[in-house]
Amino acid sequence: MNDPILEMRGVSKSFFGIKALRAVDLTVYAGEIHALMGENGAGKSTLMKILSGAYRPDPGGEIRIEGNPVRIEGPLGGRAAGISIIYQELSLAPNLSVAENIYLGREMSRAGLLARGAMREGVGPILRRLGADFLPSTLVAHLSMGQRQLVEIARALHARSKILIMDEPTTSLSAAESERLFALVRQLRAEGLAIIYISHRMDEVYALGDRVTVLRDGRLVGSLDKPEIRADTIVRMMVGRDVSSFYKKDHDPEAGRGHPVLAAIDMADGRRVKGCSLTVHASEVVGLAGLIGAGRTELAHLIIGAAPRTSGQLELEGRPVEIRTPGEALEAGIAYLTEDRKALGLFLDMSCLDNINLAVLGRDAKLGWVLDRDKARERADRAFAGLSIRAANVGVPAGGLSGGNQQKVLLSRLLAIAPKVLILDEPTRGVDVGAKSEIYSIIDNLAKTGTAILVISSDLPEIIGICDRVVVMRAGHIAGEVSRGPHSPLAQEDIMALATGMEHLDA
Amino acid sequence: MPDNGASQAKPAPTTTNGVAAESRRQRVRMLISALGMLPVLLILCIGFHFLSEGRFFTGQNLGIVLQQAAVNTVLAAGMTFVILTGGIDLSVGSILAASAMAGLTLSKMPELGMLWLPAALLTGLGFGVVNGALIALLRLPPFIVTLGSLTAVRGLARLLGADTTVFNPSIPYAFIGNGSLTLIPGVASIPWLSVIALFVIFVSWLVLRRTVLGVHIYAVGGNESAARLAGIKVWAVLIFVYGVSGLFAGLGGAMQAARLYAANGLQLGQSYELDAITAVILGGTSFVGGIGSIWGTLVGALIIAVLSNGLILIGVSDIWQYVIKGLVIIGAVALDRYRLQGSART
Ligand SMILES: Nc1ncnc2c1ncn2[C@@H]1O[C@H](COP(=O)(O)OP(=O)(O)OP(=O)(O)O)[C@@H](O)[C@H]1O
Ligand SMILES: [Mg+2]
Repeated sequence: MNDPILEMRGVSKSFFGIKALRAVDLTVYAGEIHALMGENGAGKSTLMKILSGAYRPDPGGEIRIEGNPVRIEGPLGGRAAGISIIYQELSLAPNLSVAENIYLGREMSRAGLLARGAMREGVGPILRRLGADFLPSTLVAHLSMGQRQLVEIARALHARSKILIMDEPTTSLSAAESERLFALVRQLRAEGLAIIYISHRMDEVYALGDRVTVLRDGRLVGSLDKPEIRADTIVRMMVGRDVSSFYKKDHDPEAGRGHPVLAAIDMADGRRVKGCSLTVHASEVVGLAGLIGAGRTELAHLIIGAAPRTSGQLELEGRPVEIRTPGEALEAGIAYLTEDRKALGLFLDMSCLDNINLAVLGRDAKLGWVLDRDKARERADRAFAGLSIRAANVGVPAGGLSGGNQQKVLLSRLLAIAPKVLILDEPTRGVDVGAKSEIYSIIDNLAKTGTAILVISSDLPEIIGICDRVVVMRAGHIAGEVSRGPHSPLAQEDIMALATGMEHLDA
Repeated sequence: MPDNGASQAKPAPTTTNGVAAESRRQRVRMLISALGMLPVLLILCIGFHFLSEGRFFTGQNLGIVLQQAAVNTVLAAGMTFVILTGGIDLSVGSILAASAMAGLTLSKMPELGMLWLPAALLTGLGFGVVNGALIALLRLPPFIVTLGSLTAVRGLARLLGADTTVFNPSIPYAFIGNGSLTLIPGVASIPWLSVIALFVIFVSWLVLRRTVLGVHIYAVGGNESAARLAGIKVWAVLIFVYGVSGLFAGLGGAMQAARLYAANGLQLGQSYELDAITAVILGGTSFVGGIGSIWGTLVGALIIAVLSNGLILIGVSDIWQYVIKGLVIIGAVALDRYRLQGSART
């Protein structure tokens, strides 16, 4: 093989005495897609942030680019070294245009004035090459997640980067957007870029990866070449043990049948949700499938009173209930896990302990309002152990956790409530395989104890693996329902047909 | 099948010794960040002590410093609640004046005189709740609402005394303004004003750190939309914090009235809001909300009082006092930012 474009040797990084990386090596060649895998908190993002210059490594390690040792200092240093990163959380300025974002930090000026026109023209060719369907002058705030990602990629290409890092790029993309992204990533590989691709999704790694490097607990476990890439091998390297039965479905949906817990009737918000009805029974896990933008999250928001509705009624255990705020929903026993953990879920500056206990503080309190700190501590410790959340201790701010561990903290908050109805919006987004199977078995156990569960997910295998029945939404309507036959499992094709509206063609 | 990758992993280079040293270093760092501006306060005190040739650390002078810090500490405590939610209360100086005027006016009425103290507190609470209601229920920006009440309440304060100074040399409970609580007879005593201020800080700490409401306040400041989705009654939290700020401003008004036996609706409490905000920011509370502590606020208020007192002690002219105070505030906050660099919150 030719000489590597990037070599990292013995790179370490500690945060306040916690070792996030211990002497990690990584070798990447031009024209390859190099998948980086590992459990939540294994150190993937940290390693990449060192490459991009966001973090400074501990002394001792070495980074070579095209054979030359480099010191990467600050985000501009990363760019100067030919490295661009697309972060797990996108980092565009929504109030600026596409062109301004691409030129951010290297604005063109003429006679001291911003040369907007020239900048727009300058990004035109790249946007065309990427097949973008928006203009350089469009405000980023008006773009979908997939389009924003294109802007990030355009920014990298525009900076003439040789190494492109993508940190879980598909977590907020629809299936179609992901497909487009894959095609683009392959195109970039063909053009000779080195791409480091972080993902928890095995199918993506199969589809894209030329080589896989696995990290565990901040250490290098090893690298695999294309022929060696196998799910069981990778999982064993990541977790250090076999994760046998992945999806778990031991609960009996028939046990609680005839006892509907949540019934939403004709819910509409006048915009994205146009008259949707659905029922969830006790001990039942119902999937809510559909393409991104079908209105699934909006429907969930209507149910919990987070958005005003123009019509609709809710019944809880057969009785009509009036729910106007998420607080009232919680009091009634309906809990909701948001898909947008940073903006709508977590309190990044608050400790994990407070984040986990937030919803039950009032219930636990002594004398009605004095915090019960022992109980809170115990609950947080239990959550940490139960979901194997990786952090120094329960007192650290949630913002310092890795993406997947943040998701687990948020999930723990809902589990603490022990609700009658649990609505989970993309519950395993950004979560590693080990934790995924933990979350699935938690869902299964909750169903066993009688909880009615509604799972919104864009991950079809997940929906099929854990749900008893799938309700499919399309363009704000309930397009139909797919049930399991006595002997046949839920069929992926049926769900897709309903979600895309193709079932009419078949008929 | 390739042998499992674990065998390829490198052994951990850390020894138990290294771990211990690391955790010690971490503890030190946490201690430093908990102490916040305390070192700055101590350095200022010691510096002034030497520059004034030993006149700073005397029982009498320390009493004066504590007394001077008292009213601002109380206002700053209320301001801490507000800033923790990401808001601001510009009206505390005006509310203080209006409360003092209301209290003094009532204190001159023969039958109701004894009620002047609760009247002052309720006046402050009332204005604060109105602020909070406008902000929480009408969703108006705190800066605008309290900027409006800064002016409007000032007008009301003048109206209360028909734009004159109200004077009552025999105001009940005057001791809270000028008396001292004897700790050890003949040896140590502490001004009642300071006792009140410390009590306010302690109660604020209890509320912020030991109650459900306290966590909710931090949550609203940290991420308002998430707080709403988590079922927190954001409107109630907002009304509460502005109510507290108003109540403490009312208490500050009562403290001033008792100390001066008089109040003037035009002059009393002018630009007190700035000192209160300064104390909160010096104390390390984040301007965007969600981060901060009441103990930091206490230290911040003490820094302001020590600066004023020390500069007078060493005979710096009034004009230069302004310049130096401003620079110290900027410098102290810059130092704080530097100290926090590289911490988890970025
Ligand atoms: N800014 C920070 N301050 C403190 N600790 C941090 C910081 N960033 C990362 N860490 C810690 O470093 C470890 C590795 O985190 P990292 O984000 O690299 O994980 P990851 O492999 O990307 O996980 P995920 O798949 O969940 O995104 C974690 O234990 C995390 O808590
Ligand atoms: Mg990550």
